[in-house]
Amino acid sequence: MTLDWIHFTPWTSLAGGVLIGLAAALFILLNGRVLGVSGILTGLVRAQRGDLGWRLAFVAGLLFAPTVWALFVRPLEARIEAGPALLVAAGLLVGWGSGYGSGCTSGHGVCGLSRLSPRGLAATLVFMGAGFATVFVVRHVLV
Amino acid sequence: MHRLVEFLVGLLFGLGLIVSGMSDPGKITGFLDLSGTWDPSLAFVMAGAIAVGLFAFAAARRRTSAVLGGAMQLPTRREIDRRLVIGSLVFGVGWGLAGFCPGPVLVALGAGYWQAVVFTVAMLAGLALQGWTAKTRQVGAVEG
Repeated sequence: MTLDWIHFTPWTSLAGGVLIGLAAALFILLNGRVLGVSGILTGLVRAQRGDLGWRLAFVAGLLFAPTVWALFVRPLEARIEAGPALLVAAGLLVGWGSGYGSGCTSGHGVCGLSRLSPRGLAATLVFMGAGFATVFVVRHVLV
Repeated sequence: MHRLVEFLVGLLFGLGLIVSGMSDPGKITGFLDLSGTWDPSLAFVMAGAIAVGLFAFAAARRRTSAVLGGAMQLPTRREIDRRLVIGSLVFGVGWGLAGFCPGPVLVALGAGYWQAVVFTVAMLAGLALQGWTAKTRQVGAVEG
């Protein structure tokens, strides 16, 4: 293993992590809700009356973040290698998997680990492991 | 008041994803590529988030209601079952394939990336599909 010193950003990643943790902290303490994005989206695709407003407000804030960032700092830069077919396949897997497993990186990862939840830890270990294995196969076996 | 807080929390969360590098799929796959040139940054994201989250959830556990009113909706399930493992496995494969997970892709969507549009539509279709095929219907996923 060699470290990618060019892209390694320990301080901004730590600072961004603290902001993510603050958002999760405010959500549970002020509103009593776990900040899990796949769970929030689940309630939007299986809409129930009276349960949409808070989900839409959160998603609107999330969608607005790059505009604020562009206004005060710089335009968002995302390096996206995947083409259309791969994006569709990956999106379907992420959607189905997070629905079936009741959570994703935010709900199981950030909030689950913060709650010291055995389910959160198990889910995080499994999706991290699957992510490591997938990138290994795509980059070092198939190529 | 509630709607404003939810909007601002979403905004803060999104800014955290941007500052940390989570909204850049190249950063995600750089972290997941252990045998290439490895970028350990995402471990620092998790460390920062959990350092704050630990205190917040410890405080939340001692409360019965949220500060702005309403019930404290903490998940109660503890069992590590087949659904959790298989779902997380499938999720992890998709995450590794494109470098997007649900939060960051919405940030990229807000920035206008066409790839994020394609991924988001497929992701919502996957979520809906899972709901239709589920034998036992859950009312919202409590853990997120």
